[in-house]
Amino acid sequence: MAEQEHHGNRLYLIVWFWLLAMTGVEVFLAYERLPIHLMLALLLGLSLVKAALIIAYFMHLRFEKRSMTLTLMPPLVICICLMIVFSFPDGLRLLDMRK
Amino acid sequence: MADVTATGWGGGSAPFAVPSKKLGMWLFILSDSLTFSALLVAYSYSRIANPAWPTPFEMYPAVLFSSIMTFCLLSSSVTMVLAVSAAHRGLRGAAVKWILATMAGGLAFVVLHANEWIHLIYTEGVTPFHNPWGAPLFGATFFTLTGLHMTHVISGVIYLGVIAAGFGSGRFESADVEVAGLYWHFVDLVWMFIFPLVYLMSVNMKG
Repeated sequence: MAEQEHHGNRLYLIVWFWLLAMTGVEVFLAYERLPIHLMLALLLGLSLVKAALIIAYFMHLRFEKRSMTLTLMPPLVICICLMIVFSFPDGLRLLDMRK
Repeated sequence: MADVTATGWGGGSAPFAVPSKKLGMWLFILSDSLTFSALLVAYSYSRIANPAWPTPFEMYPAVLFSSIMTFCLLSSSVTMVLAVSAAHRGLRGAAVKWILATMAGGLAFVVLHANEWIHLIYTEGVTPFHNPWGAPLFGATFFTLTGLHMTHVISGVIYLGVIAAGFGSGRFESADVEVAGLYWHFVDLVWMFIFPLVYLMSVNMKG
């Protein structure tokens, strides 16, 4: 157990490094003059990867029983997808109308 | 760990093999994520639908400071997992020190964020229904979203303080530290969406 947790601490530092690296990429992207829908997609995509890393490793969900992940994650993902599907296409439509 | 697993409900073993406090925190996090998702989607919807959305965040101070705030929260998450790992190994002193380091990260975040709010409110004159740059909705959505998040960080620091004191004196178990950790990582996770969607989507290219 102690050996396993020792490995664990190294794993946490690796995850931390990747989270910081992805944050750096996001800050870099902010200064590229990209079209707004592409920017939104890239930033949201990177943030979802970061969220997945935090949930899986820092919040330890990867090491819990699979049934817990399957109970907690699908409703969250479905609700958020519904919000995104109904809002962002409409937001971009309004942007096109106002230009 | 096994002694805190709920088995007394006559249904055999606990289906998820976690203590009930931990499952309770996960369920709270689930509902709180939906609250934040709704606010984030509302902000982003207004942001992309308005060509006149304000882009007030200059490289210095706003983007630099919010990047430092992101670093503070991410690092405080790492000190929190180290606290949980020390607590599970029975190292009470080390666990309390790591929790205090986590609280320091959270406090640094709050100080920097409050400083930014004060700058926006008193120097730039942003209020919930007015700002000097464009779409008036900016203030309402910005303050609601970051304000709710800052409330979570402040409550988190207080929560961690209670846990550190209780775990140091032997009143709480390592499982309690772990549950507090879940809350803290969630606060960090929410910021991983607020930072790009609010700050990075509205940087001021001239700044």
